This record gives sequence, structure tokens and C-alpha cells, in this order.
Amino acid sequence: MSHTTPNLLDIEGLEVRFHGERTVHAINGLDLTLKPGEVMTILGESGSGKSVTLKALLKLLPEKRTAMSGAMRVDGIDVMALTGRALSDYRGKTVSMIFQEPALALDPVYTIGDQIAEAVIRHERVSKREAMDRALDMLKRVRIPSPESRLKNYPHEMSGGMRQRAMIALALACKPDLLLADEPTTALDATVQIQVLLLLRELQKEFGMGIIFVTHDIGVAVEISDRIAVMYAGNIVEEGSVAEIIKDPRHPYTKGLLEANLHDADPSETLTSIPGSPPPLDVKPDHCSFAPRCAYAEARCFKALPPVLKPGPGRRVACILEEGRAPVMTPAREPEPA
Amino acid sequence: MTDTRDADIPIRRKVQEKTKAADRGGPAQPLVIARDLKCHFPVRKGVFNRKATAVRAVDGVSFTVEKGETLGIVGESGCGKSTTARLLVGLTGLNAGDLIFDGDRLGEDLSLKELWDGVQMVFQDSYASLNPRLTIEETIAFGPKMRGVASGAARRLSHELLERVGLAPGRFAGRYPHELSGGQRQRVNIARSLAMKPRLVILDEAVSALDKSVEAQVLNLLKELKDEFGLTFVFISHDLNVVRYISDRIMVMYLGEVVEIGPVGSVWDKRAHPYTAALFAAMPSMDPDNRTEVPPLLGDPPNPIDPPSGCRFHTRCPFAESVCSAAKPKIVAVDGAQGHEAACHMLDPVSGHSKSAGGAHLEAAE
Repeated sequence: MSHTTPNLLDIEGLEVRFHGERTVHAINGLDLTLKPGEVMTILGESGSGKSVTLKALLKLLPEKRTAMSGAMRVDGIDVMALTGRALSDYRGKTVSMIFQEPALALDPVYTIGDQIAEAVIRHERVSKREAMDRALDMLKRVRIPSPESRLKNYPHEMSGGMRQRAMIALALACKPDLLLADEPTTALDATVQIQVLLLLRELQKEFGMGIIFVTHDIGVAVEISDRIAVMYAGNIVEEGSVAEIIKDPRHPYTKGLLEANLHDADPSETLTSIPGSPPPLDVKPDHCSFAPRCAYAEARCFKALPPVLKPGPGRRVACILEEGRAPVMTPAREPEPA
Repeated sequence: MTDTRDADIPIRRKVQEKTKAADRGGPAQPLVIARDLKCHFPVRKGVFNRKATAVRAVDGVSFTVEKGETLGIVGESGCGKSTTARLLVGLTGLNAGDLIFDGDRLGEDLSLKELWDGVQMVFQDSYASLNPRLTIEETIAFGPKMRGVASGAARRLSHELLERVGLAPGRFAGRYPHELSGGQRQRVNIARSLAMKPRLVILDEAVSALDKSVEAQVLNLLKELKDEFGLTFVFISHDLNVVRYISDRIMVMYLGEVVEIGPVGSVWDKRAHPYTAALFAAMPSMDPDNRTEVPPLLGDPPNPIDPPSGCRFHTRCPFAESVCSAAKPKIVAVDGAQGHEAACHMLDPVSGHSKSAGGAHLEAAE
């Protein structure tokens, strides 16, 4: 890692545990870095912890039921230590987020213009008039037709695609350094989805922010991102550039995901699928979480966490299969004594 | 096929015998003929709740479903694909049009109750479509019991079906829906639909809510069951890759109308209607060196309350001319594969569209 360009985001050994009626080990020792202006996709199935990672970064998880440890730094700010006013300054200004369901994320009793202006006033201490001008400018940038009248619209008066654009306008109003996107196109039609993806790509170039994009759709990940991190059972099993992951997947789970993809599938053949289903995560994994579903699993996969190997710059694979191919850079993390 | 498995032979035979008995029209008679289906939902306004206008959810849709085939229906949300499915099951009443099920007209020769003997449906939300107070064994046995099957026999049938969809009855029969994962619940829904020994199963976004690795498992299961039980599927999805994999023919809908229908390979290759071409082009590319640069369509689909005049797609179509907003396009045959039809002025040599005379297939759309 070069020291000339400091990372925008550094996550080291993040662990998130929910306790309540039952305990869930949602994130188990996650490491993730992001350079300024980079677009990273976290690819994973439901329950893999991808949304939890984003919420942890904004400290949106319910405090009383969540135990978090590890280190998170954005722009040098120690996220774990943020509270009160400093946390409010951080949310929306340094890091902001767009959600899957814009109808639920926007406030139904305020107009779009008011909601964007409120964020601008809070962070930049400008007058209402200046804030409304900024809101108008943002609606133009996200290419909402007739922005002047849309400024006075309530969320229910807009279509799904339009609401998602409005939410992107709101998230970018204060020019954050990092944008978190939690499946923002999953609820949209394919024709609208591609519009929103291309818009995000353009805005990323324009504003130069880093983006962490969460999705379960490999096609979407290819369209939007520079790099892909594949997540399974609360940790990243493989990371690399889009081309590396698509053309040369190394981890058996990534391979399985790509094979189960129906793109260009031959109708006369049975689909290759990954047998079984993801683990429940009631207990903290002390061995490879994918081993029970893995065709290549050996006895030692069930005994210890897999080593994290780095076959190339920016590439990592958490699997014993890589051992012959690449030098071990990171020793296996020892499971904590219970 | 899984002929070697003794356990499922009795049930398969039962279903096949019943199918044979019910197959009145013979193999050439389409299982479903839908003719000019219309379904308008009233929009009420004002103090007196007067009918102000109507959402024209399905507006003159005609198609057939042959015996043993899978018809895939695709389109954006609001195009009427789910309403079409509900019309086929009789969950929503028809405003106009005819539904002919194996030669029997619904309403005249066939009552709704008789229709339900032969048609079953699997929904998108696997949790909402199961009764949370019934164990999955009771859920599957419920339908047959209502139709007079003794409870012991119904229970046995439900165990056989659970086994067949890959859920070991010993482990799963006594569980409640909330104790299952999404993929397992969808398997229960599939087993429940088969318990009624249907001939036609309508799958409305049945795999859309599942994770990719589970989706592949369920699609494989559906293909096996279709061959084994001699079923006919109507498969609705917004995911074109899924529809392409599972369907024999594909029907593309836009704002309550059919814009293109034909054999899946032919539709996939030709994309005769500009909307079909745009819909296919909107699929995310899987090639990192060749990402989509220009969105194939701008804006959202128009509101079906007040659909555009003439060709309903003309407001978003890159080739729209004055004729498109003035006249409704005729359904014309597309060159090549048998049964491939589309409704576009550009394909109709006498429509007056400037691109129609040459008869070329949308070179510009490439």
C-alpha cells in the first residue's frame, strides 16, 4: 500500500454482534480499504452482512443491541469514537447513504426541496434561499425533468425512478467524500435501473467521491464498480478488480455465484447451483463458513479459519486452495478463546 | 429423469392418470386460449365515490398456451403481467374477453371451481402466501382435504410432495413457515400447488425474491417437476435471463398490451419491437470491458390510467413518427420463426412509417 495517497476508508477487524432473543454474529473480522474516488461493490446474498457493514459505517445500528469492535476510519476520522454533534456533522457531510426503498427513506410530510435544503442548512449554515437554490441545482444534476416544479413535490407524487434520483440528490447535496449505496436499484425496473446506474457513474466522476455499492446482482456490480468484494457469512471471501473477479474467480463461493448466474445459460442444461444455504451465524465462525457447501472442502477447512492470501496487488482470497499459488501474506486469524 | 426413485412413482402415476382423464381436447388443442382479455380497475374520486376513470391494467391481450410448454411473460412493473396471471386463475374478474381452458369457455362450460381443479399459482412473496398458523404439512394437505381427500391420504400426499421438492418430511413436515428460509418456503409453495394435481401452474415472479444460488436450485427443481408431472407453466418474471432459461415462448407486454410474442430464441435474436430491444439492452452487461454507456430508454413507463394514443410506446420510442401516435399498430408476423409476432408500425409494410418500406429490422437499434 502506497503512503502517498492515504485511503479514504480503512476498516480493520470490524466485528458486529447483535444480541437479543438470539445472538447473531453479523460481521466477523472484516477488513476493507477504499481509495479516494474509487467505486467498490460489496457483492453478497441476503444475510451475508453487506448492509450491516454500511450501517455500521454511519453508526445507524441500534446501540443497545449491537456490540461493535475493530477500527473504522474515514478521512482520518475515527468513526467508532464519534458521538453527539460530531456524529451529526459526519453523517451527510463526510459520508452519506442512499437506500433501496426511496419511498421509505424520504419523509412523506416534507417536499423534496425542503428535505434537501434542510441537509444543506444543517451542514453549511446557509440561508433558506441559498439552500433551496442548491436543492434546485442538485435536482438538475440528477436530471429530473422540470426541476422547478419537482422541488415542491412530495415523495408520493413521484415515480420510483424519480424518487431514487431525488434521494441521490439529497445524499450528494453536501458533497460527501464517501457515498454508501444499499441496493439502490433493486426495486426499480430494468430500464430505469440502468438509467440510475449510469447517472451514479457520471455523478461519481463529477463529484469525485468514493462509493461503496451493495448489491446481490453481479451484472449491476459490473456496470457500476472498479472493484468487487465478495462477502459470505460476515466476512469478505474474495476481493479484486471487476475483471479479475468475473474472468478469474478463485474462491469456490465466487465461482459458484458466477456459475449460478443465468446470463447466457443453456436452457437444455441443468443449472449449476451451490447446494445448501448460508449458515445461521448463531455462533462466531471458528472455521471456514463456506466449507459445508464447498466441493473442495478438506478436514482442515472445518478446523480453522482459512488463511487470507494475496495473489496480487489489491487481490485477496480467503481459501486454502490459493496456498499453492500465492505466498501467504496474512497469517490466519486465530479464533478468540471463548 | 429421476425414474430410479421409487418413492415418487405412485404420486407421479396418480397425477398422470388424472391429467389423461382431464385432457379432453387432445394434444393439438391449446391448454389456454385467451382472447382480447380486458381488465380495468376503477379509480374512484370525490365525496360520492363516483367512478372517475380506470386503470387499464390489461387492455386487449390475446395469446395461447400450448399443452406442455412454458410461456414466459416479461415487462416492466405496471405492464399488466401479474394482472394477466390473476385473470388466468380467476383471482381477478374479467371485464371483457374470453378464457378458454382446454376447449371449455370459462363462465359457460367451466365454473371457477372447476377451473381451480386444473390451475394453480405460486406467488413472489413466499412468506405472505403461506398461513403462519399452519405447519407446512397442514398447508400442503389443506387443498386436497377441502376437495374431499381423507386426512390420512392428504397427509401422505403432502409427505410425498415434500420429499419430491427436496424437503425431508421427517425434518420439515412439522415446521411453521417462519422456521424456513426463503428458498425452502418457495419449495413448500411449489409442493402446495402440485397437491391439487394441476395441469397449469402460474409462477408469478416465483424466484425473484430468492438469492442467486438458491434461485438456480429452484429453477432446476421446476424444470424437473414440469417433465415429471407433465405440467404447463406460465412463468412471469422481470428477469429476462430467467425467462430465457425456462421458457419455450416469450411474451413481451407494455402498458397492458402484448407488443411481441414468439419462440424464445427468435425473440431473443430478432427483438423485432423497439421496446423488446430496449428492454433487452437494459440488462446489465456481464463484460467489464464493454459496459453500457447510453441508457436504452429514458424516463419511466407512462401511467396506465391515461395511456398514450396510438402505439402506447411512442412516447419513449426512438423511432416514433406521426403515424405512431395516430394509429394503433397491427399485430404482424415477423420473418423467420413460426408464430413470432409483434405490434409495430415499422414491421407493417402498409403503415406509412418511413422505416417500414424497407422492411429492415431496426438496424438503428443495433
